[in-house]
Amino acid sequence: MAFDSLSAFLAMGGYAPYVWSAYGATAALLLGVGWHARAERRRVLRDLKRRIRRERYQAGAANNTTEEGPRR
Amino acid sequence: MWAFIHKLGSPKGFYAISARWLTPLWLAAAALILIGGTWGLAFSPADYQQGDSFRIIYVHVPAAFLAQSIFVAMAAAGFVFMVWKIKLADMAAAMMAPLGAGMTFVALFSGAVWGVPTWGTWWQWDARLTSMLILFFLYIGVIALRGAFASRDGGARAASVLAMVGVINIPIIKYSVEWWYTLHQPATFSITSKPAMPAAMWLPLLLMVLGFYCFFIAVTLMRTRSEILRRESSKRWVRALVEEQR
Repeated sequence: MAFDSLSAFLAMGGYAPYVWSAYGATAALLLGVGWHARAERRRVLRDLKRRIRRERYQAGAANNTTEEGPRR
Repeated sequence: MWAFIHKLGSPKGFYAISARWLTPLWLAAAALILIGGTWGLAFSPADYQQGDSFRIIYVHVPAAFLAQSIFVAMAAAGFVFMVWKIKLADMAAAMMAPLGAGMTFVALFSGAVWGVPTWGTWWQWDARLTSMLILFFLYIGVIALRGAFASRDGGARAASVLAMVGVINIPIIKYSVEWWYTLHQPATFSITSKPAMPAAMWLPLLLMVLGFYCFFIAVTLMRTRSEILRRESSKRWVRALVEEQR
């Protein structure tokens, strides 16, 4: 451990604003990008499911059968 | 071997194969960055000249490495797309551009806040700093150019060409500190010689660099998989796959 106490760690030898802003910006980028990748995947899957359901429904209404979508 | 590569080049094959890589990559990235970051921030000894401000190196150097590596990867993907018309390469290139721009920004920002206590200035029109700023604008240009075309193929080709031309900036960044010795110091590490730092200082940096690379690969794989689902949304295999995922 290079520091004697938590307050010394937070003070970063007087360089706190520089060190913490650099680490903060990096953490924000990593967390933001990771979160975005996850949200994007969920959104894509949800939209696809919705689209499939809608097409089923429309195909069902057209064929007057509610069980299955069109066979292609 | 060739069959594997062929399978990997098709969106469907890539989607199936890459599923197995995601979890190990995310875990490796998280572990390496958490361990390297904690080590660098709290356990490695303070620099005898720069004190604790030198700890910025543990985010600055990995971000700057990635900023350049992602551009090279994007240009290579652009080349593969232009020569062999492999759509998957273009999808990957499109998905990695924003992360590259973000990494360039973080490299510039962490360098600026490191410059204030060590150089006495947050910005100089030094060769390394200027060429990194150009890299940032190149990323913005590639992203904007892709979006500026009405047809996806036109945007993809324009972005590929700009990436392939812009990659000339990468050796300029690398050698800027030797060609114009202005402010930024030359590379601290080289593959050929032993590091001029104690292990307690360079080991956490190595972990951070590896962690950042794992993170980049994980994000690119995951986003490319989403992009595949988006672009191939009318294919039967995508339909079947979405049905399974309840």
